[in-house]
Amino acid sequence: MSAGAVPHYLPLIIVIPVIVGCVLVAVGSYLPRPLTDFLAIGTAAAVTGLAAVVLTTASHSGRVVTWTAGWRPAHRLSVGIPLIADPVSAGLALLAGALVTCALLYSWQYIQSVSGRFSALMLFFLAGMEGFALSGDLFDMFVFFELMGAAAYALTGMKIEDESAVQGGLIFGVMNSLGGYLSLAGIAILYSRYGQLGLPQLGAMLAHQRPDALVIVAFALIMTGFLVKAAMVPFHFWLADAHAVAPSPVCVLFSGVMVELGVYGVARVYWTVFSGAIPHHDVTRAFVVLGALTAGIAAAMCLLQRHLKRLLAYSTIAHVGLFVIGFATLSDNGTAGAALYVVGHAGLKAALFLLAGVLLSKYGNVDEHRLYGRATADRVEACLYLAAALGLSGLPPFGLALGKSVTEEAVAATGYAWGPVLFVAVSALTGGAVLRAGLRIYFALGPRPAPESGAGAGEETTGAEEKPDTKTLPRTPITMLAAIVVLVAGALATGLIPGVGQGFADAAQRLTDRAGYIAQALGHARPAPLRRHPAVSWTAEGIGLDMLSAALALGVAGLSLYAQCLPEVLHRIFRPARPVIVTLRRLHSGHIGDYVAWLFLGVAAFTALLGLPLL
Amino acid sequence: MTVYAYFVAAWLMLVGAYGIVRSRNLVHAVVSLAVCQSGTYVLLLAVGYQHGALAPVFGSTIKPSRHVVDPVVQAMTLTDIVVSATVTALLLALAVQVSKRQGTVDPDELTALKG
Amino acid sequence: MSHRGRLLVFFIGAGCVAAMFAVAFFRMPAFGGTMHLYRDLAVRAAVAHQTANVVSSVDFDQRGMDTFGEEAILLASVVGAAVLLRPSDEEAELRPKRPGRILPSTKLLGYALLPVTLLIGLDVVLHGQVTPGGGFQGGVVIATGLHLLYVAGSYPALDRVRPLAAFDIGEAVGGAAFGGLGIAGIVAATSFLANFLPRGSFGQLTSAGTVFVLNGAVGLEVGCGMVVLIAHFLRQDIIIAAKAEQAQ
Repeated sequence: MSAGAVPHYLPLIIVIPVIVGCVLVAVGSYLPRPLTDFLAIGTAAAVTGLAAVVLTTASHSGRVVTWTAGWRPAHRLSVGIPLIADPVSAGLALLAGALVTCALLYSWQYIQSVSGRFSALMLFFLAGMEGFALSGDLFDMFVFFELMGAAAYALTGMKIEDESAVQGGLIFGVMNSLGGYLSLAGIAILYSRYGQLGLPQLGAMLAHQRPDALVIVAFALIMTGFLVKAAMVPFHFWLADAHAVAPSPVCVLFSGVMVELGVYGVARVYWTVFSGAIPHHDVTRAFVVLGALTAGIAAAMCLLQRHLKRLLAYSTIAHVGLFVIGFATLSDNGTAGAALYVVGHAGLKAALFLLAGVLLSKYGNVDEHRLYGRATADRVEACLYLAAALGLSGLPPFGLALGKSVTEEAVAATGYAWGPVLFVAVSALTGGAVLRAGLRIYFALGPRPAPESGAGAGEETTGAEEKPDTKTLPRTPITMLAAIVVLVAGALATGLIPGVGQGFADAAQRLTDRAGYIAQALGHARPAPLRRHPAVSWTAEGIGLDMLSAALALGVAGLSLYAQCLPEVLHRIFRPARPVIVTLRRLHSGHIGDYVAWLFLGVAAFTALLGLPLL
Repeated sequence: MTVYAYFVAAWLMLVGAYGIVRSRNLVHAVVSLAVCQSGTYVLLLAVGYQHGALAPVFGSTIKPSRHVVDPVVQAMTLTDIVVSATVTALLLALAVQVSKRQGTVDPDELTALKG
Repeated sequence: MSHRGRLLVFFIGAGCVAAMFAVAFFRMPAFGGTMHLYRDLAVRAAVAHQTANVVSSVDFDQRGMDTFGEEAILLASVVGAAVLLRPSDEEAELRPKRPGRILPSTKLLGYALLPVTLLIGLDVVLHGQVTPGGGFQGGVVIATGLHLLYVAGSYPALDRVRPLAAFDIGEAVGGAAFGGLGIAGIVAATSFLANFLPRGSFGQLTSAGTVFVLNGAVGLEVGCGMVVLIAHFLRQDIIIAAKAEQAQ
């Protein structure tokens, strides 16, 4: 299609999955399984292709803008809803489509499908993610946020025979809904004064205002929903519970793109609406504190887990903390680095979740201790797991390592010299935990864990009672392996393709350019030419820090594996940390009342961090 | 009086959240969540109200004019109410299954997810 | 956390959030004020498209993308609830027990009001563009009205009248029709959900172009969706039971 026609077809990215989902709901029980699977995968692939077309168009013309139902703006006001795809939005839309395609490929034939309803829910989930990424209107973003949520709650609780699955789904549902309602309250407060809901119009009105208490409160409330979705501390408790119980292909989507969409929501709404009204250094300080706290606590929790999927979930939370720090630099390089980091992380984390799913299907549980040495015959999976785990710790030339090095540099340049230290430490700790699990399961390294060992058995979810996603499989199906290989290869390719860094740097510039966004959305302005800037690419120090993280991760894995054999001196050094660890563990209680209490405390703390310095 | 309606909305939201925090029954928690959501509706509708204005539906007796309450917040609210009923139903379905698997709906007694 | 610890954390947090709300409310325009920017724009747009019910115009014409998202949420929730309430591996479906005694007055009122309610619901759906109402409200009235048959009669009576598969299809057709009409807007007028049908004159039944048709699609979807939702909950309670119980 011609470049001029692309804006008109932009809504199809959102509409097609819904329509095909309807078809699957209507006739899914009459069609044979391969046909429903094929229909679903085909739709996801088509959406991915369409998103790729939009991405190329957006890279050339800045942003692809369409006002739905033809209500074009006049005098910077409008009654309609715009869909605005700049390279970051289109890129996220592409990522969502690609991950859904891989997840559906993995689910081919074996995942319990309930007359095509599983595929239908996946397609509704895809539509929600696409709508959220492409929307240019605050209330519309809220609506697609709710769509993502509704499909996700059902997908999480799908294994109804598993007692933890339905509990995890309920906790997920209550927490995300509550976050959404607080966001809606913020939207209402902002709307009362400005009378518009579209991002370009609000951005134009707020462009050069002095920070006012109403705007700060509205900003904090609107951010709450996105921060709950992004699982930042202390809104993060639901994520490990949900990941632990959802089927593996669904976890791929949660960790790979849904949580990152929360970070995108924060960035999009801040840059287009509030960046002219709230001083940059306040926002930087608030989000850096939040991100560092999240990364630290999640890395600690990650090391303590023996449930493989909970371990991976906490690793996701830690990485999201790092993404937020990258965004918080409010610089082009920091944003580009964070975006690269997101894409690299998505491929590797998705592959690791699918590998965990394969283990669950073949051996019946995901408890690291019980799986010790059981998968030594699975050579292919072992190689894939090692590659993904090392990539997660920051080994070059995976795309994640490139993103990590660029972000570290940007954080240090913003004035936080401890930034690179935090990044290396968190990557090493989380990567080490993942490596430890893999070395135990696939290589039988380290002493065999005692049957009910681990600090406080009974105080934790072990993964031993997890119900499988599929009937017990003797051999890994080729479709599952194919999905995993594609993901790891994709993550590798992001770091190797020349020009990738340039593309992300340009995309970051478009994201942070409020005036350009408003001009292109509200008028027929040509996009401003991109500033020349130092290319985002591999540097010697970056590679050095990456290799250091990977090496430290191996060290952490080794230390944890052989913890019993360590000299008594080392044990005595770590003893004071025990009460802290026990308290941290106990706070993650699985009790919905606790989580809601922390949610409100978090909103209060975030607003205080943001607003008190402005008084 | 100029802000009383807004405070009613805030009260509903906070009381709904309080209900979830001290709930001893998952069904009660889900319904408290619905109360919290009603608070957001009250806030939206209060933001759109105008003293002495008419309903935004024109006909033979009411000629088109701008002296009506805000139709946009009403539109947002009415679709949201129907949809939230179904989302509440989804959460209640989860609660039903929790009670079947774990034999209880008391959050204090649910032990499947910890650490 | 202990019960008291939880309450303490919550009160600190909620107290601060209450203060935040107070600070914002005192800076918002006073309740009942006259400045409503979006209202002025929306009323003008609705009148330009010959839609007497401005709320319906905002829902289906001006902010149609939102409504599309909302109806997708409804679909996803109903499908999700259906998936979650399916019989598990240890459960099976029973034949429902005979209903208890129903008061004759209940039966009379129920059977008499059933056609009246269904007609009112249909009326609300069809007149959405000229009077308060529309697909969402009318759909709910129709769906709950149908269940007067359960209240006045029995579960088997209800079951005969509403084959679940047909209602599943109805819901899906309603949802797909909304999306399809939106795509027709792209083909006919180059933008999604454009109001391209003839708009008629103000206050007529077939005014407002696509708003009339979209109302119908939403009414079909909401009505069938709600019926399916309630059906699954009723089945969980009345029909599905553990296999061990069934053997007794």
